[in-house]
Amino acid sequence: MTATVTGTADDVRTAVPAPVPARRRRRWRHRGAEAAWAYLLIAPTGLGLAVFYLWPVVQTGYFSFTEWGPFGGHEWVGLDNYRTLAADDEVLTALRNTVTYTVLGLLGIPLAVLFAALLNRPRLRGVSAYRALFFLPVVTMPVAVAMVWRWLYNGDFGLINYLLSLVGVEGPHWIADPATALYAMVAVGIWTSLGYNIVIFLAGMQSIPREYYEAASIDGAGALAQFRRITLPLLSPSLFFVSVLSVIGSLQLFDLVYVMGGSGQAARANPAFPRIQTVVHLFYDKAFYTNDRGYAAAIVMALLVLIVILTAIQFRLQKRWVHYG
Amino acid sequence: MAESPRRAGRTATHVTLLIGAAVMVGPFLWQFLTSLKTLTNATKVPPTIAPDWRWSNYGDVFGLLPFGDQIVNTVLMTAARTAGQLLFCSMAAYAFARLRFPGRGLLFGVFLSVLMVPPPLFVIPQYEIMADLGWLNSLTALIVPGLFSAFGVFLLRQFFLGLPKELDEAARLDGAGPLRIYWSVMLPLAKPGLLALGILTVLWSWNDLFWPLIVNTDPEKMTLSAGLASLQGQFQTDYPVLMAGSLLASLPVIVLFTVMQRHFIQGIAFSGNKG
Repeated sequence: MTATVTGTADDVRTAVPAPVPARRRRRWRHRGAEAAWAYLLIAPTGLGLAVFYLWPVVQTGYFSFTEWGPFGGHEWVGLDNYRTLAADDEVLTALRNTVTYTVLGLLGIPLAVLFAALLNRPRLRGVSAYRALFFLPVVTMPVAVAMVWRWLYNGDFGLINYLLSLVGVEGPHWIADPATALYAMVAVGIWTSLGYNIVIFLAGMQSIPREYYEAASIDGAGALAQFRRITLPLLSPSLFFVSVLSVIGSLQLFDLVYVMGGSGQAARANPAFPRIQTVVHLFYDKAFYTNDRGYAAAIVMALLVLIVILTAIQFRLQKRWVHYG
Repeated sequence: MAESPRRAGRTATHVTLLIGAAVMVGPFLWQFLTSLKTLTNATKVPPTIAPDWRWSNYGDVFGLLPFGDQIVNTVLMTAARTAGQLLFCSMAAYAFARLRFPGRGLLFGVFLSVLMVPPPLFVIPQYEIMADLGWLNSLTALIVPGLFSAFGVFLLRQFFLGLPKELDEAARLDGAGPLRIYWSVMLPLAKPGLLALGILTVLWSWNDLFWPLIVNTDPEKMTLSAGLASLQGQFQTDYPVLMAGSLLASLPVIVLFTVMQRHFIQGIAFSGNKG
């Protein structure tokens, strides 16, 4: 687990080879030829990224200051979109839902650590079978996952309410009930990403030398103490990585909401929808359902700000608890 | 005597893991059972467990959606994106890892900056480009933006940096040019890295929803993901057929995962370690 934070300039510098003999240099004639080849090799991805990714970010920023007419074309409206947005209940609710979803989603991390720790026990049988089963939801199409859970959550015929009825509990209409809809979605989100997190944590745990644990047990440390004093600190880079990914992923939640909550007319007819609407779903709705692209751009710029702030906070806090061996 | 608490601990471990695994697999099992029931039996209270072995539900999916077209679209999109990324990303990654040129650090920094932007920020202008070129509702729209990946360049560059320098230096001595070294020396050595990127690209392309949903609204031009999702708004939901369709749509990647499990896990762990 080398937690090099994607070293750029430093990495490049150390990657430059030692001075090469003149004879070898001569083989590639000019420095210029090497550079020309490099630009040529980079060109396809470079141009593609410029046209489809970099320039669009600039454009989206610009669009957020415009209003779009019903027949195409847009005009500059200054900060109007942002002013509207700051007082728009729909946006604020979506933001609140998204943040709630993000915070609750982090509960998946301790769960994944628990399972990874169990799988990491020495001489345990069937590790790869367990790991494969836990990983299944990660490779399954999110739309399919959402469909299955919609069926499981069904208030009348769903398996979950049937199982609850066996113990005398009458379950709600999970995703159609404003009181439970958000939590039902959080559960699916955790269920989906659990296997991925387990794989990362297990890889992290397996890179911790066994000798540490052996030394600790000679000193009389129990399993729990070993977990707290050895596993957790040495796993902290993985914990940090997964929590950053989890936050960024949750803030952009879309697929689950789209399939489980509906969109367009169906969403508007669902009483629980305001409770599960996320920022990216709202963005989609404004940009491609009501064609209010200027406002949609402003919404997604607000999301960018939120992601930058939350990620910056995480990197700040990291110094307090992440140990890089 | 000393063995028994350890054995109890091991049993507890297995019991916990089995419960976890059941929660993971249970929904898929229920999906499968439902997909083989009649609608009447699927919506019975209390539910019946045993299926009616109604395989025709799987055929009905093709009546509900242009499922055949959507399978073809998804396969072609996934194949093209994966092949394109493997080629273009490895080319750029080799240049960044092994060649010297002015502006290398700066250019790589610009590439990395793309990784930090949430995808919804790209989507409106990307859509406008597709609309301007007349590419909406076409396979081209599904493929083109997905051919380029900053992540892929980053992943493969890390991989190239880990390969011994002596190999390409020896090739240089023998008079090989950069293109030759890239193709005959570096690519064959980078197979595990290419495999990791290939697996991740297949997984993400096949399962992608947001972009296909936006650009292709014509059912014949949709991918499986978007096609299935388009059924969610419908009034009368035929759950058995829906379960059959979602199982069929996710099956190819699940099969690929089962066959190449070790590589999947390594690819994921590899990308995770490079965060």
